[in-house]
Amino acid sequence: MTWTRLSNVLLPATVVFVSVVTLLLLAGTNPWDPLRVIVEGSIGWPPFEEGSARKVGDTFMLWVPIALASAGLIVTFNAGMWNIGIEGQIIMGAIAAAWVAREVSAPRPLLVFLTILAGAVGGMLWGLLVGLLRTAGGVNEIFGGLGLDFVALSLTTYLIIGPWARSGVASTSGTDPFPDEALLPSLANSKLSLLAVGITVLALVGVWILFRGTLYGLRLKAVGRNRPSSFLLGIPTNRYLLGAFMICGALAGIAGTSQATGFHFKLIPAISGGFGFLAILVVLLARFRPIWVVPISFFFAMVAVGSPGLSLRLDLHGSLGGVLQGVLVLSAMLGLGWAAYLARRRLIAGGTSST
Amino acid sequence: MLSKRLLQMLAALLAFALVAAACGDSSSDTTAGTTATTVDSGGGGTDVPEDFKVGLILVGPGNDRGYSQAHLEGAEYAVEQLGLSADDDLIVLEFANTTDTPGLSLPGTARDMVDLGADMIIFNSDDMRDGAFEAAEQLPEVPMVWASGDSAWVDGKDYQANLTNLSNVWGQMIFGKMIAGCAAALETETGDLAYLGPLTNDETRRLVNSAYLGAQYCWENFRDGNPADLGFEVTYIGFWFEIPGVTLDPVLVTNAFIDGGADVTLSGIDANVALIRSGQRADAGENVKAVPYDFIGACDEAPDICLGVPYFNWGPAYLEAAQAVIDGSFSNTWTWFEPDWSDINDPDTSVVGFFQGNGLSADNAASLDTFIAGLADGSIELYTGPLNWQDGSEFLAAGEVATDFQIWYSEQCLEGVAGACSVNVFG
Repeated sequence: MTWTRLSNVLLPATVVFVSVVTLLLLAGTNPWDPLRVIVEGSIGWPPFEEGSARKVGDTFMLWVPIALASAGLIVTFNAGMWNIGIEGQIIMGAIAAAWVAREVSAPRPLLVFLTILAGAVGGMLWGLLVGLLRTAGGVNEIFGGLGLDFVALSLTTYLIIGPWARSGVASTSGTDPFPDEALLPSLANSKLSLLAVGITVLALVGVWILFRGTLYGLRLKAVGRNRPSSFLLGIPTNRYLLGAFMICGALAGIAGTSQATGFHFKLIPAISGGFGFLAILVVLLARFRPIWVVPISFFFAMVAVGSPGLSLRLDLHGSLGGVLQGVLVLSAMLGLGWAAYLARRRLIAGGTSST
Repeated sequence: MLSKRLLQMLAALLAFALVAAACGDSSSDTTAGTTATTVDSGGGGTDVPEDFKVGLILVGPGNDRGYSQAHLEGAEYAVEQLGLSADDDLIVLEFANTTDTPGLSLPGTARDMVDLGADMIIFNSDDMRDGAFEAAEQLPEVPMVWASGDSAWVDGKDYQANLTNLSNVWGQMIFGKMIAGCAAALETETGDLAYLGPLTNDETRRLVNSAYLGAQYCWENFRDGNPADLGFEVTYIGFWFEIPGVTLDPVLVTNAFIDGGADVTLSGIDANVALIRSGQRADAGENVKAVPYDFIGACDEAPDICLGVPYFNWGPAYLEAAQAVIDGSFSNTWTWFEPDWSDINDPDTSVVGFFQGNGLSADNAASLDTFIAGLADGSIELYTGPLNWQDGSEFLAAGEVATDFQIWYSEQCLEGVAGACSVNVFG
């Protein structure tokens, strides 16, 4: 039994290790160097050394949207929904936060609160729309979500080169920077916002509690596992599905707020950073467990921040970081699947021999 | 259950330990600083610190046969002229834009380059304005060059007095575009020219206007054409290069130009799409030509239909900046380099040039040379009134010659240019 448990970890780890090392050897580099550069470029070496505040801040501020989106996706995945529309929910959160940042004048604490609130509401409404298309319109959430992703992206582009264009410029490079009062408060010489990190931790803990200690979470899980049966047992399944989309959308919207007011300080077309799609992989790797979202999403944030160093320090193509990320996810999924397959076989073999 | 979690945690710790061990054994390539050792520059005789390094941040790929490649080759030229090695002494980051690199931080990249020994940093894109300002503010002791902008122009609209370590360099591409427009007007058979624009701002309107003025001049003076008969249409895609799902697709825009009757497309974007697509249409039997932009070698993509290319030759500009850093005279200056009119294609002196392509007939090439000679000796001064803006309001009164300020801040396209040039493209 111990061997079974050990193989559940070692097998995927070995597959990941072999795949990544092979990829890096094929790229013509010592396998350790890119890892070293990514660590050094994202959190410094030794980790969190003095002078690495800027890097650490950037990494945490990318960890925030990935982890928040992942937290939201755990909710929709548990409800049996593939919320591909999370990219659009991040974008709509960023747009709503940007609107407040641009249009509202208030003391900083209030303005920051309003941007976060607006981001949550923007994402939540966009998530609700996906849910309504699913429950009331019969549109599969994958197609509905994907379509709304494009709508959100187009809306961002329209705003950036239209009503929110810079003075004298119509460029998709982004809006004017937001006023300082609207930016997430950060530590000196760093983008690190303890407020954003705190919200993210609370979100992860909240999602963990939701599925470990609440009736709502239990019912949501039931809806996800078997919707017809849940309905027959009296659970208003559509309402639960809409709730899941709204929770996920709200968290994604806060992720968008963080991107807009805590990382880029303006609205840009690529405001989501693709972190919604990345969060889907994070959640699959974390096997829907919030605790594992923390290190996995942090690792991906490290790759995002540290990858430019591959080009600077090793003369490797900067996109190798993305390739590395993809190979890592695929090989981890392969390894996990393989471990599960072997476990099933052992179970069957054990069952057969005992009869 | 507990033991399973324990094993998983141990595995994670093991993985981290492996990574950590790998990180601990090398830091030799991150050392920085300069030494007193010098080598002869071989050029101006300046003593160049042996470990002098230049950091170059490119918005796109260094092999785009367009804007970024021109910058890369310019920086390589500068480094080599200093007697240094482009491989070892030029630190390059490509794809410095938020679409390709979501985690990008320009100040962070600048700091990384300094950690790697860079003694000066070059930002190559208009898009990097905010990041360049931030970097210059955070690293006030590091000389920086922004190949764009007007932040160091005392009389400019965006002067940043506090950024004393950030210079602007730019070439007077207005002349390159005038020559491009002239070449297009000389070769067109339909009388319809098209301009593939990037995003709308003062710079891009300035270049559209310059191409239009060049085209009109040559249409009237070399082809005896009626000014009203020359069509000149611009479509902006929304950014310097295509971002799928965000900008217009330049291939489709080029197709639309050709389908609409334009037989010469001038490119104003960073990538060489207009020439390549026109080349494909020409291969299919259509009589179309194109004028690419930015990079001296751009015509190679479809040489037979290429009328020529107005290009930037950043080498002399970067060499001048690097020498100023080395001899300690670097200051925040705004320099708008004029072409070297004695030879606009001199790689050592002219920041703006025009390479004539195979698509230009011998007769038209001769006419183009005459036009260039007129620009060089000042007998042709295209920014002379009367000229109106696109909305009909007056830009220059009769006989009035535009100042640099008026040309730099081109708030509209000129009357006669078709297509939306306003900031709000949605009206």
